[in-house]
Amino acid sequence: MGRYVIRRLLQFIPTVLGTMFLLHYITSLAIQFSGNPVRAIFGDRTPPPALLAAVTERLGYGDPCLDQKGNPCFGLFLDRMQKIFSLNPDFGVNLRLRPVTELVSDALPYTLKLLVIAILFQSIVGIAAGVWAGLRSGSFADNLVKISTVFLISVPIFVLGLVVREFVGVKFGNVLRGQEWIPEVISRGVFSPGFKPDYPLASLIIPGMVLGAVSLATTARLTRTSIMENLRADYVRTARAKGLANKRVIGVHTLRNSLIPVITFIGVDIGSSMAGAVVTETIFNVPGIGRLVTLAARTGESSVVIGVVTMLVLVVLIANLLVDILYAVLDPRIRYE
Amino acid sequence: MSDLTSAGTAIGGAPVGGDGPAPETPETGGKDHNASLWADARRQLVRDPVFMLSFLYVLVVGSMAAFPSLWTSQDPRACSTDRSRIPPSGDHPFGFDILGCDYYSHAIYGARPSMIIAIMATGAMVLIGGGLGLLAGYYGGWVDTIISRVMDIFLSLPFLLGAIVFLTVIKRQNPYTIAMVLFLLTWPVIARIIRGSVISGKDLDYVQAARAVGAGNGRLMFRHILPNAIAPMLVYATIVLGAFVAAEATLTFLGVGLQPPAQSWGIMISVHQVYFLEDPWLLLFPCGLLVGTVLSFILMGDALRDALDPKFR
Amino acid sequence: MSTDVNVKMDAIPGLDPNAMPLQVKDLHVEFRTRNGIAHAVNGVSFDLQPGETRAILGESGCGKSVTAQAIMGILDTPPGFVTGGEILYRGVDLLKLPEAQRRKVRANKIAMIFQDALSALNPVFTVGFQLGELFRKHRGMSRKDAKARSIELLDLVKIPAARQRVNEYPHQFSGGMRQRVMIAMALALDPEVLIADEPTTALDVTVQAQIMALLAELQRERNMSLVLITHDMGVVADVADRISVMYAGRVIEEAPVNDIYASPAHPYTKGLLESIPRLDLKGQELSAIKGLPPVLTNIPRGCAFNPRCRYAQDVCRHDPPVPLYQVSSARTAACHFWKEVKGDE
Repeated sequence: MGRYVIRRLLQFIPTVLGTMFLLHYITSLAIQFSGNPVRAIFGDRTPPPALLAAVTERLGYGDPCLDQKGNPCFGLFLDRMQKIFSLNPDFGVNLRLRPVTELVSDALPYTLKLLVIAILFQSIVGIAAGVWAGLRSGSFADNLVKISTVFLISVPIFVLGLVVREFVGVKFGNVLRGQEWIPEVISRGVFSPGFKPDYPLASLIIPGMVLGAVSLATTARLTRTSIMENLRADYVRTARAKGLANKRVIGVHTLRNSLIPVITFIGVDIGSSMAGAVVTETIFNVPGIGRLVTLAARTGESSVVIGVVTMLVLVVLIANLLVDILYAVLDPRIRYE
Repeated sequence: MSDLTSAGTAIGGAPVGGDGPAPETPETGGKDHNASLWADARRQLVRDPVFMLSFLYVLVVGSMAAFPSLWTSQDPRACSTDRSRIPPSGDHPFGFDILGCDYYSHAIYGARPSMIIAIMATGAMVLIGGGLGLLAGYYGGWVDTIISRVMDIFLSLPFLLGAIVFLTVIKRQNPYTIAMVLFLLTWPVIARIIRGSVISGKDLDYVQAARAVGAGNGRLMFRHILPNAIAPMLVYATIVLGAFVAAEATLTFLGVGLQPPAQSWGIMISVHQVYFLEDPWLLLFPCGLLVGTVLSFILMGDALRDALDPKFR
Repeated sequence: MSTDVNVKMDAIPGLDPNAMPLQVKDLHVEFRTRNGIAHAVNGVSFDLQPGETRAILGESGCGKSVTAQAIMGILDTPPGFVTGGEILYRGVDLLKLPEAQRRKVRANKIAMIFQDALSALNPVFTVGFQLGELFRKHRGMSRKDAKARSIELLDLVKIPAARQRVNEYPHQFSGGMRQRVMIAMALALDPEVLIADEPTTALDVTVQAQIMALLAELQRERNMSLVLITHDMGVVADVADRISVMYAGRVIEEAPVNDIYASPAHPYTKGLLESIPRLDLKGQELSAIKGLPPVLTNIPRGCAFNPRCRYAQDVCRHDPPVPLYQVSSARTAACHFWKEVKGDE
C-alpha cells in the first residue's frame, strides 16, 4: 500500500506540471495571436499608452515573450509556478489589485455547499436507481432507469438549469409563495428562482440538484451495468453455494464489488462538477467560484479567469489523486500490483 | 466537461476500445466475416426504430445546416422591432424574437454553426487523435510512453474550464476557434480508444502472419490493424458529435462562445431566457431543437455500438 | 441471521438418516435463451452411497456442471430452470423445500468446490473473511472464534503459515493454494456430500496430483461422499468408485470404474478411452471422436450421439435408447448396440 501511494505521488508531480504548462501554453498562444488581453477591458475606448502599459504590467502580461507567436514562454511559466507553489500562493490579481486567492476564498463556501449537495444527490439517488434497475434486469424499473438516464444525459446542463429555474423556481415557487401556510424557508428559500442571501443553504438545494443531475444519470447507468455484471460473477455463485441469505449475497458480496467503479467515477467526476458549477452558478446567480469565472470572462478580465481556473485545475488534480488512493483502499487487487 | 464525459460513460462506462468487431483477415478468408459483420450491423440498424428516428432527425438538422433555403424563404436578419415577441402563427410558425426577427428562420440558420463546429472538431479529433492513437498503439515503447503521458495531461484539464480560459483570452470567438479548442482539449478521448484496439489487434495471429510474409509497417497499420479499430471509433465519434453540439451551446450561453449577431441555438436560448414566463416558446423551440439533436446523436451511437459489437448479438 | 444459529437439520420433515446422502432422479434443466430453449440436462439419475466417490464424466457443455448447480440450488434463474425430477438428500426432495430450509442444506450438508478458484473467491475480501463468514452465519460464532477456526481449516488443507495467510486476499495465493482455500471453504461445516466441479482443471499437472491426493485423504478421514465432475479420464481412474458418463444432458453409461475401463458399453465412452494417449500403443494413430457435440437448442432425434457414432443404424436415428439397457447388475448403458460395442474389441 505504501509503495503504491509513493508511486502515485511520483506520477502526480509531472502530471501537475504538465497540466499547468498546458494551461499556460494555451493562454500564452491565445495572447500571442490576439494581442494584449488588457485592451478588452477598455472596450471600444482607446486607453492612453501609459495607462495601458501600467495595467498590462500589473496583471502580469508584460513579458515580451507574449509578443512572439508560438513562443512557449518558459521563463514566464517558471515564474508563475514559483508564485503558485510558494508558502504564500499567488494566482494573480484582478483589476482592482485584489488577489485572486482572496476572491476565491470569498466565493468558496457557496461553491463547496453546492458541490456537496450535488454529490449527495447524485450518489444517493444515482446508486439507488442503479441498484434498483440492476437487480431487475429487463424489468419495468430497468427500462425506466435506462430511458430516463439517456434523456437526462442529452439535456445540456444549462438548458436543464434554465427550465428548472423558470418552471420550479419561478412558476411553482409563485404558487407556493401565494399560500400563506407554507413556511418561507420553503416558498422563498428552496423554491426561489436563484440564490438568496437570506436562505444561504435552502436556496442552494435546487441548484445543487441541477448540478448533480447529469452525473446522476451516469452514476445510475454505471451502477446498473456493474451490478448486472457482478451478479453473474463466479464469486457470487460461491456465496450462494455457501448457503448465505440472499440479503447477504447481494448486500455484501455483490454490492461491495459493484460500487468500486461507481465510487471511482463519482470521485473523478468532481472535476466535471466544478466545470458544471460554472454553468449552474451563472444560471442561479450563486456568488461562487463559477460565477466569478463567468463574470470575469464576460468582462474580459482574463487574469482572474486564468488564476481561478489554475486553482480549480489543481483542486481537480488533487481530487483525482485522492480517488486513486481510495481506489486502492477499496480494491486490494490494485494495492498489490 | 460534464457533457462530453457523461456522454462517453453513458454508453456503458469504458470506451468500447479493444472489443471491436472481427477484423479484416484476407489471409484466412476473414474478409467475408468482416463484410458480413457490417452487413449484419446495417440490417440490424435498419430494423431499429430508435436508430432510424434519430438518423432521420439528424438528417433534418443536417439539411437545415447545409441548405437552410430548403426550409425557409425568410431572411432571419430582416427584423423590425414593432413585431417583437409576436407568438407563433401559420406564416411564422415560431413567432418573432425580441428584435422582431422571424424566429423560425433564425432557428433554421442557427443549425449551421453548431453543426459546422461539431463536424470540424470531430473530424480533427478522428484524424489527429486517431493518428496519434494508432502510432502509440502500433509502435509502443517510448513513442507510446510520450503520447500516453501527453494524453493524460490533456485529459486532466477539465474541458469546460480550459475552453473558457482559451476563449476569454483569445477574444476571437468564431466557429473556427471554438472548434479548435473543442478538438484541442478532447482529442485524447479518441486516441485512447484507437490505441486500445490497436494494441489488442496487433498481436492477433493474422497480423503476425502478415508480418511474417513481409508486409511493411504502413500496410500492416492501414490494411490489417486499423479496420479493427474503426467500429469503436465510429461509435464514439457519433456520440462526440452530439456532445460537441451541446458544448458549443453551453460556451455560447456562458458568453465565451459565439456572439450576436451570429445565429445559433445557444444564442437564441441565452438571449431569450428572461422572457420565459411571458413567451415560453422563445426558449422552448431552440431548447427542443438542441436537446433533440444531442439525444439523436447519443441514441445513434448507442444503437451503432449494439449493432457493431458481436458481444451483444 | 439469528435464525441460522443452531440449525437442527433433523427438523426437516421426512429426513431419513439411513437414506442415501444424495440421489438424483430424472433431473431436467433447461435454459430459456433468446435463441430458443437449451435442454442442458435431460433426465439425469444417479445415487451416492456414504463415503463413495462418483465421477461424472463428459465434454464441456454436456450438462455436468449444470447438474451440480441444480443440486446446489445455485442455477442462474432466469435463464436456467429445473423443469422436472427429484434431488433427494437423505430422502428429502430438495426441490420441494422452501428456500430458507434449502439454504441450510448448502455448505452444511452438501458443499461444492468450483473449477476456477481465482474467480470463485471474492477478490475484495480476505480469505479469512470468506472462510469465517461460514462459521459466523451458520454457527453464530464471534469474529474471533471464526478466525481461529479459519486458521485451523487452512492448516487442515496444508497451507503453510496459515496464521499469516488468513489475512491475505485470494490473488496473493498461487493457483494450487487457492484451490486448497476452496476446499477448506467447502469442508468448513463438515458436509456429508462434496461436489467437486473440475477441481483441478485450472491447475498445473503436478499441482493437480497434490490436490486430488488431498481431496482423497480428506474424504477418507471424514467418510464423505464425493461427486467428482471432470472431463479427464485420467483423474477418474485413480479415485472414483463409479462413473456416470454424460452426453448432451443425459447419462449414457453408468458402471463401476474398472468395468468401464475394461469394456465400455457405449461408443462414446469407447471413443473417449481411445482418445487417451497410451504408451503401449506408441506409434499408432490416436483416434478421436469425429464431429462436434450437439447444440443444446437442437439435440438430434433418436440417440443424441447418432451423427457421430460409427455403430449408428436406422433405429438410432428414430428411437432414443430409453429406458437404459441393463448391461450387468451394476451397469447400464444407453446404446441399442451395447453388446456389439462391448464385445467388439
